[in-house]
Amino acid sequence: MGFADLAFLIFAASTILSGLGVILAKNPVHSVLMLILAFISTAGLFVLMGAEYLAFLLVVVYVGAVAVLFLFVVMMLDVDFAELRADYMRYAPLGGVVAVALVALIGLAVGDWHIPEAAVAARTQPTETVLDVTGQEVGNAEQLGMVLYTKYVHFFQIAGLILLVAMVGAITLTFRERRGIKTQDVGAQVGRRREDAVEVVSVPTGRGI
Amino acid sequence: MAGELSSYLLVAGILFAIGVVGIFLNRKNVIIILMSIELMLLAVNINFVAFSMFLQDLVGQVFAFMVLTVAAAEAAIGLAILVAFFRNRGDISVTTANTMRN
Repeated sequence: MGFADLAFLIFAASTILSGLGVILAKNPVHSVLMLILAFISTAGLFVLMGAEYLAFLLVVVYVGAVAVLFLFVVMMLDVDFAELRADYMRYAPLGGVVAVALVALIGLAVGDWHIPEAAVAARTQPTETVLDVTGQEVGNAEQLGMVLYTKYVHFFQIAGLILLVAMVGAITLTFRERRGIKTQDVGAQVGRRREDAVEVVSVPTGRGI
Repeated sequence: MAGELSSYLLVAGILFAIGVVGIFLNRKNVIIILMSIELMLLAVNINFVAFSMFLQDLVGQVFAFMVLTVAAAEAAIGLAILVAFFRNRGDISVTTANTMRN
């Protein structure tokens, strides 16, 4: 067993065990921490396969943003999580049957998978050994960039658009207009007219208003 | 083992099954359901990257990138809906979320 095999075993076991931890943990905070561990171990698997760029992306985007977002929400909501787990085991037999069936089916399908010749012939973006100006082989990130910014640039733009829409949606959903506090209302200030604000009265001498 | 496609596919399959079972077990807790969906998307990503690397075709990684984007957007929107729902209702139980039906 070489070093790569050992690393694969460690990362695969860690991925699966932390995945189990996500769904079985009593405390949702532990679930989120297990999710972070699952992402990190999957990033290890990606590195083993040679997809360094996606591994780093997984660590930065998921561990750095999504998991922390989950952690924030879990800690922000004042929910009785014990009550949500009340009849936790009710659907466990059904879930177990589905899991065993799914794993058996997937295992049968992929257990002895060989890439057919037709799939090799049908590749749209075969990875070639690309050399940079100094004659060195370029890495995975650079190769991905070469196709992502040229042939798939529209997909890249659409991805940016999806993130923009998600950002606007999340802000709109959680934005809360608080009433009864004194803040500057620029619209009201600009919309003020002379007639609303100033009144000319003729004050009789010696009597006041 | 580390150089075989099927071992990665098996890990991804098991992870996907764990995500499915997570939805069955925690069907009241929306946060865990969202995390189970993240696990399933992660399993799909492992498959994409595995096929991409063993078939020597970069499109798989481009697609995994898109899946990652959509998953991040989905998590953000899902959690925002959850926070808005909690503000209105005071709890996050899926079973009591039937205002539209009544």
